[in-house]
Amino acid sequence: MYSNATQTKVTCYHCGEDVVEKHYHIKEKEFCCRGCQTVYEIINKSDLCSYYDLEQNPGINQKQEIRKGKFDFLDDAQIIKKLIHFQDDTHQHIIFYLPQMHCASCIWILEHLNKINSGIIKSQVNFIKKEVTIIYNFQETSLKKVAEALTLIGYEPHISLNDVSTDKVKKYDTTAIVKLGIAGFCFGNIMMLSFPEYFSLAKSDDIGLKTWFNYLNLFLALPVFFYSASEFFISGYKGLRQKFLNIDAPIALAVLITFGRSLYEILSGTGAGYLDSMSGIVFFMLIGRYFQNRTYQSISFDRDFTSYFPLGVSVINEDGTEKQISVADLKVGNRIKIHNDEIIPADSILFLGKATIDYSFVTGESLPVEKSIGEIAYAGGKQTSGAIELEVVKEVSQSYLTQLWNNEAFKENKEKVKVSFIHRVSRYFTYFLFSIAAIAAIYWSINDPSKVWGAVTAVLIVACPCALLLSATFTNGNMIRILNKYKLYVKNASVIEYMSEIDTVVFDKTGTITEQGKSEISFQGIELFETQSQLIHSLANQSNHPLSKSIVSFLPFSKRLNIKNYKEFKGFGTSATINGHFIKMGSSDFVLGKDSAQLISGSRVYVSIDEEFIGYFIVKNAYRNGLEKIVSSLHTQFDLKILSGDNSSEENYLKTIFGNKTEMLFEQKPEDKLNFIKHLQNNHKKVLMIGDGLNDAGALKQSNVGIAISDNTNNFSPACDAVLSGKNFTLLKELVNYCRKQKTIIFSSFVLSILYNFVGLFFAVQGDLKPVIAAILMPISSISIVLLTTGLSSFYELKLKKLNPDKSQF
Amino acid sequence: MSAIFIMIGASLLLAIGFLIAFIWSVKSNQYEDDYTPSVRILFDNTTIQETKQETNNNTKKTK
Repeated sequence: MYSNATQTKVTCYHCGEDVVEKHYHIKEKEFCCRGCQTVYEIINKSDLCSYYDLEQNPGINQKQEIRKGKFDFLDDAQIIKKLIHFQDDTHQHIIFYLPQMHCASCIWILEHLNKINSGIIKSQVNFIKKEVTIIYNFQETSLKKVAEALTLIGYEPHISLNDVSTDKVKKYDTTAIVKLGIAGFCFGNIMMLSFPEYFSLAKSDDIGLKTWFNYLNLFLALPVFFYSASEFFISGYKGLRQKFLNIDAPIALAVLITFGRSLYEILSGTGAGYLDSMSGIVFFMLIGRYFQNRTYQSISFDRDFTSYFPLGVSVINEDGTEKQISVADLKVGNRIKIHNDEIIPADSILFLGKATIDYSFVTGESLPVEKSIGEIAYAGGKQTSGAIELEVVKEVSQSYLTQLWNNEAFKENKEKVKVSFIHRVSRYFTYFLFSIAAIAAIYWSINDPSKVWGAVTAVLIVACPCALLLSATFTNGNMIRILNKYKLYVKNASVIEYMSEIDTVVFDKTGTITEQGKSEISFQGIELFETQSQLIHSLANQSNHPLSKSIVSFLPFSKRLNIKNYKEFKGFGTSATINGHFIKMGSSDFVLGKDSAQLISGSRVYVSIDEEFIGYFIVKNAYRNGLEKIVSSLHTQFDLKILSGDNSSEENYLKTIFGNKTEMLFEQKPEDKLNFIKHLQNNHKKVLMIGDGLNDAGALKQSNVGIAISDNTNNFSPACDAVLSGKNFTLLKELVNYCRKQKTIIFSSFVLSILYNFVGLFFAVQGDLKPVIAAILMPISSISIVLLTTGLSSFYELKLKKLNPDKSQF
Repeated sequence: MSAIFIMIGASLLLAIGFLIAFIWSVKSNQYEDDYTPSVRILFDNTTIQETKQETNNNTKKTK
């Protein structure tokens, strides 16, 4: 398991990993494995070695070999048709998602693909989305060959069932930017054309020029009013129709009144109007919204099982031939072949071969499960011991696992119903504003009725809750950016607010508080001599059982010994005679003939040599570093709970970390998890669920905030509100507390902007708000809001900074 | 003074031209990916010769 650090560390020329065995080298370049060496040879042969000059060791580790024929399903015309985006007589366009993409070298080599496969005409990378668009001549090459060429140089395209689902990829939405651009353009020009007005440059004798400018302004304000500001009207109207006063309604009202009054003034020739302020505020609000909605593009937050399932599967025909078909077309009764490391796409019965299925991602069980012929294997498990054949008993959409997605939590595209506090604040603010306007109206109707109209409209123009919207959007945008820096990628801005209200934290076990695919192993008993460890290693090496495999990797490799009478007793253990010694390994029942005492943690493997008990191995889940620390710090603030799909073998150990009072539930099915969260919410708890696998998908969806933990951001993560990198798991509490600062920041900048508003109101109630004053106040207050929110969110970030987390690029 | 009428009108038309160019650039998805082009522009067009690259690597190692 642990490789001793060599004195002179050699790293792989291709991928930068430490070279343990110095087998692979070309000239003086060392490689860690054959895969890396092969990739280098291909790149070298294709004259693409700049790959290694742009960045150091840019390659992707090739230790895991990819099965030949993996992309055979891409020969199927039906599948090709569904995958490609465009086709003419000779060319096809395909977009591949390449999660391995990480540096400039990647971009470089992926844009020079035609040197590796001359049928490729053009390839273009979108680094942000980790996608490459490839145009190729399908008479010279094929989709399969393109995919294989990518795989050959280490960029295996990720093709899943989701890629062929009916609703195609969301189109990049440009309206927000266009609206913003138009508003900005009109704002700038209106400001410029208003300069004579501000400085009274146009004397009264030059009426013509003044009118000309005013009409130009009006012309420029039209697109702002009708196009750029349209979303405020639409959303405000929608809110009112549902009898709900959201923040957009008063904003729309203010825009409408400003435009109306300006229109009246210009047409009647009585003034210049406030079109500059109107387009300015629309511009700033659109910037704020744009900034807030810029979330991390390469992470998809609404994946379901289809992004995890493969696209193609080999079906065995009656005459014994294999054919590749799309998983979606699988029928009950089909005989399928699953290769090593492939995912079983539908519930099926094992027909042939030896199945050891890893369900850690689907059910949370940490150890792979062995299945014998005739047993049912549920969809979603990953086969880990060679090829098997199965017969499908349920269609993909009807499987045990996929049924979770029929739950109501997934049905309604449930926008979590809670209304942001922004809207509540804006409502009070609006009432306050209306009363000021009313007071001004009453006062002037008594003293000088001619000023009523001017005063009321001016009040509404000056003090629309735009400042509140600006504070909120800029604060959120900034916080999202900072959270991204600490590798917490939130789906949208409202997640920050939900996060700040959390009082209960629910953990999943496997993959969340334990590290995926890692186990801790130790030996208790007599001190092992080298000969003894050789014997154990040889026996363990015979078995495919996951525990045996862990032991093999734990013990140092020795020479191969001669094994006789090897026997495997399913569910108990193995025995054999090696070098004349009789060795038994397995459960205590099997080795000692009696049940062992209560386990503290993990699984034990007992060993006896020549019927003499020598000790046992303990194989435990490897928990994340710093788990104890983070748990004890979370305890002070939150209710903690554990919800595991695994068995309770770790319960006692978990109690030593989480304490006795923490509620722990084991062997939870996906639905159970979902219902447990629902139950907590019915008791008015605000639940933060942290999980990683498909079995957590329901709970993540149901909870107030669902965070998916991901050790590798490229990995699949189920539908959730936020994705957190496993490396920054220990920052959880600080991140939640950081989100709690959101309200403070928004309020402080709002209070600041209200100060400006009071100055404006002072002029407004008197009925003589000059356009120049409005035009000065508006940008000043907007800019100071931006400065304050940026400053405050960076100030609160200092606390996070001190913890010195992992900030490396992925 | 009448010159100003024409000048302002002309300048505005010019500016609208740029606005249209901007809208076109957005609609043709040039704002979709704001990172890759910044890297792409730094790539050399010519392929680096094997020998030159060897020496490059050697100097890297001796550093």
